[in-house]
Amino acid sequence: MSVVAEQTGNPARGDLGGPPSGTPRRTASGTAGDRTAATTSHVLLMFGAVLVVVPFLWVFVSSFKTTSEILASPFSLPADPSLDNYVNAWTDAGIGRYFLNTIVVVGCALFLVMLLGALTAYVLARFRFPGNKVIYNLMLAGLTFPVFLAIVPLFFVLRNAGLLNTLPGLIVTYVAFAFPFTVFFLYSFFRSLPHEVSEAAQVDGAGEWRTFFQIMLPMARPGMASVAIFNFLGLWNQFLLPVALNTETDNYVLTQGMAQFASQAGYAVDFGALYAGVVMTVIPVLVVYVFFQRRLQGSVAQGTFR
Amino acid sequence: MSGTSHPAAPGGVVPPVATPRPGNAPGPGRRRRRRRISFDRASFFAVALLLPLTVYVIFVISPFAQALYFSMTDWSGFTADMAFVGLDNFARLLGDDKFMRAALNSALLAVIVPTVTIVLAIGVATMVTVGGSTTGGVRGVRGAGFYRVISFFPYCVPAIVIGLVWAQVYDPSRGLLNGVLTGIGLDGMTDFPWLGDSRTAMGASMFVIIWSFVGFYTVLFVAAIKGVPGEIYEAARLDGAGRFRTAISITVPLIRDNVRTAWIYLGIAAIDSFVYMQAMNPGGGPGYSTFVISQDLYQTAFSKGQFGYATAMGVVLALVTLLFAGAVFLVDRITGGRDDVRGHA
Repeated sequence: MSVVAEQTGNPARGDLGGPPSGTPRRTASGTAGDRTAATTSHVLLMFGAVLVVVPFLWVFVSSFKTTSEILASPFSLPADPSLDNYVNAWTDAGIGRYFLNTIVVVGCALFLVMLLGALTAYVLARFRFPGNKVIYNLMLAGLTFPVFLAIVPLFFVLRNAGLLNTLPGLIVTYVAFAFPFTVFFLYSFFRSLPHEVSEAAQVDGAGEWRTFFQIMLPMARPGMASVAIFNFLGLWNQFLLPVALNTETDNYVLTQGMAQFASQAGYAVDFGALYAGVVMTVIPVLVVYVFFQRRLQGSVAQGTFR
Repeated sequence: MSGTSHPAAPGGVVPPVATPRPGNAPGPGRRRRRRRISFDRASFFAVALLLPLTVYVIFVISPFAQALYFSMTDWSGFTADMAFVGLDNFARLLGDDKFMRAALNSALLAVIVPTVTIVLAIGVATMVTVGGSTTGGVRGVRGAGFYRVISFFPYCVPAIVIGLVWAQVYDPSRGLLNGVLTGIGLDGMTDFPWLGDSRTAMGASMFVIIWSFVGFYTVLFVAAIKGVPGEIYEAARLDGAGRFRTAISITVPLIRDNVRTAWIYLGIAAIDSFVYMQAMNPGGGPGYSTFVISQDLYQTAFSKGQFGYATAMGVVLALVTLLFAGAVFLVDRITGGRDDVRGHA
């Protein structure tokens, strides 16, 4: 679609002239070619935006419809908007339970991986010791290979440890697989912090623990925030690990609860509950996105230059 | 978790260049480090290094290593019996029609998904950064921020939900797509099963995967393009280069490294595709037209209990992934990747 935009928007040769220099910036200005380009760009970008928003909006509206309304027409609005679907999804489809499980698992795993990841990254970045490089490469290996390669042996590692199908088992696995990313990201952050401050702290008699928690960690706050957001999204959206390692229905996390809808056949599915489930699964990430989208996009941007 | 959940990882992977610290390089600080081992210090290193690394090695590194051995056994899992069969599993894979079909589909995804996603993302990134007015400073179209915020959102939504939502949109009778198509007069589309027809299932699935990736890579390319000095674009403009020409001859060569990184990460995600396919066609689609290696592995292991054979599939998946990354690097080298052309600040 971009190609079309740029071709049609190819400006005429004479656009060096332009409007008088007094034209304020950011107003629709310029040559005919500019206007064509701008219009085409906006049409295409708007089309893309609609394509992103409309499916979610449609599911949101549909989540207030009754089953017969859903089956009747994709466009009809709910005649009598009710929260019945949400109640059904929350209780009958078990979304309420899965929601709580997800909060517990993601909450614990996020806290642990941020704490341990920050500690390891700090040690790797600020201390020189034999094996430093080996550990760094181990992290790289963990990031390089697909999780699918590990999934079968991992199943048995957890089974042998008695952790299969348990929430603690899932938490440990989440921590372990989010760990290398966390360390990598924070490693570069801790390296960039000035040495003088931590040295001053040690001169003043602060031990390693105090230096880390009272001096270094607060300074790394921006990096911690970025990594925490990425980890939150990554863990909240995690699918393969729970599907393979956490098959007890009572212990399901949200993504598994949603996958249940997909594996049920055709009309046995309570579509209203499915839509309500989608809304309830998306709301937490939407909130995180609305509050943190600037930081999130900023981190993606920074990542490319590192 | 590599690949799909953390596409931001490429940034983290690259070891940062050691920045020389002004003033006090190996000065007094170094000496301060050489202190005797106190309880404070010992406990700190135990918790900061030993504990997390032990967990990491047990739950991540050891499964990877074990996979190599399991893939050469006929292990069915729940008994201790495990005969070493060498490369038999891999030979068997070659004659396994279902697996070969899955491998073909995964390869198709690895080629098409990154290509289309990157073209679209560069197009959008160009529009929102340098595609604006050709007078005054180089800038994007108005409202660029709005489009960027919208397009990035799918990155945050669980892939399973994205798949479910689109499966609903594609639904033959209740779906939004057929509703719109029949609404504009295409009555032939009434009840057309987008995900249930072997001609359209793969295309429709690819569309969803691409849809979910474009926004993220747009943001990546926007950042890269912003790192290119504006003067280069102004110079191109003075030389009479149009927008399309500028995108091909200026933007793409200058953000080449980012494009390469994107290609690798998109390829890894596309070869996987597990969640999307499970959400839209858990059974593999009509005539296995959307069946991928990851689904085959999952079924073989957790439904059939053939763990040795499934692990061999995992090894193939990892090899395909590494080969793909290698191929991207090779193509990049052959087509003349100039490493230091990037003009970022």
